[in-house]
Amino acid sequence: MKIKFTINEVSQSVDIEDQNTPLLWVIRDMLNLKGTKFGCGKAACGACTIMIDGNAIRSCSYPVQLADSKSITTIEGLGTPENLHPVQQAWIEEVVPQCGYCQPGFMMATAALLAKNPTPTDDDIDKSISNVCRCATYYRMRKAIHRAAALTAKDTNENMSYE
Amino acid sequence: MSKKVSRRKFLVRGGLGTLGVLAVGTYVFRNPMRRKLYSMVESTVPPYSGEGTDPNLWFEITKDNRVVLHSPKVEMGQGTFTSLAQMTADELDVDLEQVQVIAAATATGIVDRLSTGGSLSVASLWEPLREMAATMREMIKIEAAKKMGVLAESLSTENGVVSGGGKTMTYAKVVEGVDEWEEPNTPVLKSMKDYKFIGKPIPRIDLEAKVFGAPIFGMDAQLPEMVYATVIRPEQVGAKFLSANTSAAEQMPGVLKIVQIDNWVGVIASSQAQALAARKKVKVIWDVPKKWTEEDIREMITVGSGDEMMIQKSGSALDTDSADVTSITFKSPIGAHAQLEPNGAVAQVEGDKVTVILSTQVVGITQKEVARALNLDVENVNIIPSFLGGGFGRRLNTNHAVQAAKMSRAVGKPVKYFFTRKEEFQHDMFRPPTHHIMKGKLNDKGLLEGLEHHFASGSVAIGSVLLPEMIHGVLGVDIGAIRGGRIQYSGIPNIRAVQWHKSLPFATSWWRSLGLLANTFAIESFMDEMALKAEKSPIAFRLSQIADTEEGNRLKEVIKVAAEKAAYSDEVINGRAMGFAASTDAGAPCAQVVEVSIENKQIKVHKVTCVLDCGIAVNPDQVKAQCEGSIIMGMSAAMHERMTLRDGELYPIIYGPYQMALMKHAPKEIEVHLIQGVDTPLPVGEPPLGPIGAAVANAVRRLTGERLTELPLRMED
Ligand code: FES
Ligand code: FES
Repeated sequence: MKIKFTINEVSQSVDIEDQNTPLLWVIRDMLNLKGTKFGCGKAACGACTIMIDGNAIRSCSYPVQLADSKSITTIEGLGTPENLHPVQQAWIEEVVPQCGYCQPGFMMATAALLAKNPTPTDDDIDKSISNVCRCATYYRMRKAIHRAAALTAKDTNENMSYE
Repeated sequence: MSKKVSRRKFLVRGGLGTLGVLAVGTYVFRNPMRRKLYSMVESTVPPYSGEGTDPNLWFEITKDNRVVLHSPKVEMGQGTFTSLAQMTADELDVDLEQVQVIAAATATGIVDRLSTGGSLSVASLWEPLREMAATMREMIKIEAAKKMGVLAESLSTENGVVSGGGKTMTYAKVVEGVDEWEEPNTPVLKSMKDYKFIGKPIPRIDLEAKVFGAPIFGMDAQLPEMVYATVIRPEQVGAKFLSANTSAAEQMPGVLKIVQIDNWVGVIASSQAQALAARKKVKVIWDVPKKWTEEDIREMITVGSGDEMMIQKSGSALDTDSADVTSITFKSPIGAHAQLEPNGAVAQVEGDKVTVILSTQVVGITQKEVARALNLDVENVNIIPSFLGGGFGRRLNTNHAVQAAKMSRAVGKPVKYFFTRKEEFQHDMFRPPTHHIMKGKLNDKGLLEGLEHHFASGSVAIGSVLLPEMIHGVLGVDIGAIRGGRIQYSGIPNIRAVQWHKSLPFATSWWRSLGLLANTFAIESFMDEMALKAEKSPIAFRLSQIADTEEGNRLKEVIKVAAEKAAYSDEVINGRAMGFAASTDAGAPCAQVVEVSIENKQIKVHKVTCVLDCGIAVNPDQVKAQCEGSIIMGMSAAMHERMTLRDGELYPIIYGPYQMALMKHAPKEIEVHLIQGVDTPLPVGEPPLGPIGAAVANAVRRLTGERLTELPLRMED
């Protein structure tokens, strides 16, 4: 079966026998984008979080067929060192990662949260960020989420002033 | 005085590149430091234990004038690579931007023969690495003098450039073509005030890789034509493999081969999903001699049962029948590592050569295990350690590299194989459960006349590949389980600490901070109770029972500073109470104050103040990060986590049911204060895990009057 989608702004078509194959394995092993991580395979840790049409999705439990004609963003498509996404910039400024394995999932979940709720309160963060970080970097992550929100607001304001 | 060294011992050459591990460049081999042997003493830093006889590779100067440090220690989140880069840059006189750190592979560098663990990487490399970098700098100067035609003494070095006599030359130019080096005597190291990077809060050097999702982990490794495998493990504790029927599985799509080796079955397929689907069709018959229960385990781990060993003794024992002796029993459960990156390996066997890429804390030991299992010479096995998606002690045993290599040999292709999350939870090498009986007696001044800690634990160090069997025989104790088990209140005249050990029917081993969390929970909760009984402030009560030794004074200092910074008070204010606890691990005393409330029967930690005497903080920001992580991971273990036995299986098998601290549980405020009580760096990755459990329990006691005696800490419904 052929499945077509856009991933990090590039159209892709994959030929796959089992259309229930988790999207995670298609991304990691067929498209060789290794930034999206496997942690549990049961939608329980968030290491595999990506964005599909702007929503945070745990790709380990998302059959590839559902991705047909959708738009996917993975950590590789979030930003680059030259063109930092505010979430990545905040993560760097707060020096969040330790081992780093969970971090792409958290950053994707945060990017999706900020897209819907540009100024989340601590309570909003507690409710919507439910990924697992074993290094327990939560303290800095919370600071980074607020910082990313502030950076996004600043970006938006600057853009507006050009108009 | 310079002495000539032979070309063989001090080789410089280019093009060692294997599997793209090394860029083409110039390599300097250096005969290594001869500091060896693992010191078993709890309070000292064991020296770095690299091999002492082979030509060893530390630094590589690339053509574009950068320095690559081939680190004998791996990076698992603890920030070691950054600290090592700072040390290298400062003594080698290069800019931090010029330094790259990679984990040494066994074929191309030196690896620590023992492990990356015990929070020792920076502490144990503090001298050898700086000496090595300084020696290298002097060697470069000697060669530069020849090439530039000036006296070595007149040269100076900065940012990877040698200058003198009006000329300059980059390190890359200096090392070009040199194949025989003079080794100077080890230079005197710079003084702390002259360091540009050491002691500064430099951002982690691996930040960018980790923020952009670079493929740096063992799980991300990939080799051409690689196939995927899975190994079937029993669900029941103590199950033994009898036989397997694989015929149905062999018919499944994508299956390349099913192997039965020794007493395990491996399914090899073209994709991960196919391997997992086929594995479901394999029928394995297990022999389960006994259905283990939670009660069995609890009974085994009870003070008075198993091997007994006195680990601390002064004065006389308490008369337990006396009515004025207080006794409280504490317990802690089985804990899982639950590191996010599953265990696994990518292995390739080609003829008599093996390459294994994996996340491991024991690079050298894994190399030996693979060589032995495949009956090959050790030199033919190259272990390439990746960045680790968490270690916490779980990767102090990575003999699954053997299975990956055997499957690669069987199928004739590179094989990638990793644990499912269920296997991670059921076949972890757990933190053992513990049982503690604390006893104490106050004198008429309200101070402790005697204090005793009797504790039982499953194995931590005993049976580990890190320690030869004989060491247990010689020492008679489990050196892991006793961490934090000694009583630090040296002013108390009568002290006993007694360990009881038993091995459990499932693997238990090193879990970040070893016995420290549970032992401190028991001792510091009891100290708090005795302070209440004596009607004294828990701070003054502790301070007045610590002797004026060097160690004692450093402990007193962290206690005082923590109480002062947190403005510790016994009062319950606005529904919040404070809790205090302190511990000493690996020579690094740590005190913590927590602020706690109870909302809907849930214990909520709002603020933690942490004071750690870590000696020299090579990177204060990363020391703080280790404190923050230890505190929240410690809260997770002390307030949420618990493995149990259910129908003979270890349970739960997934995050979620295995409750852990998440964002919503993390304190919104963590204040870390560092003290430099000695002039060397001390371990920092584990000591701050000690006090947190007791500190929270002590706050709950003040808030509710209830003494919680069992981890995880929970309010009764
Ligand atoms: S791997 Fe998808 S949630 Fe854990
Ligand atoms: S940084 Fe290690 S799991 Fe989050």
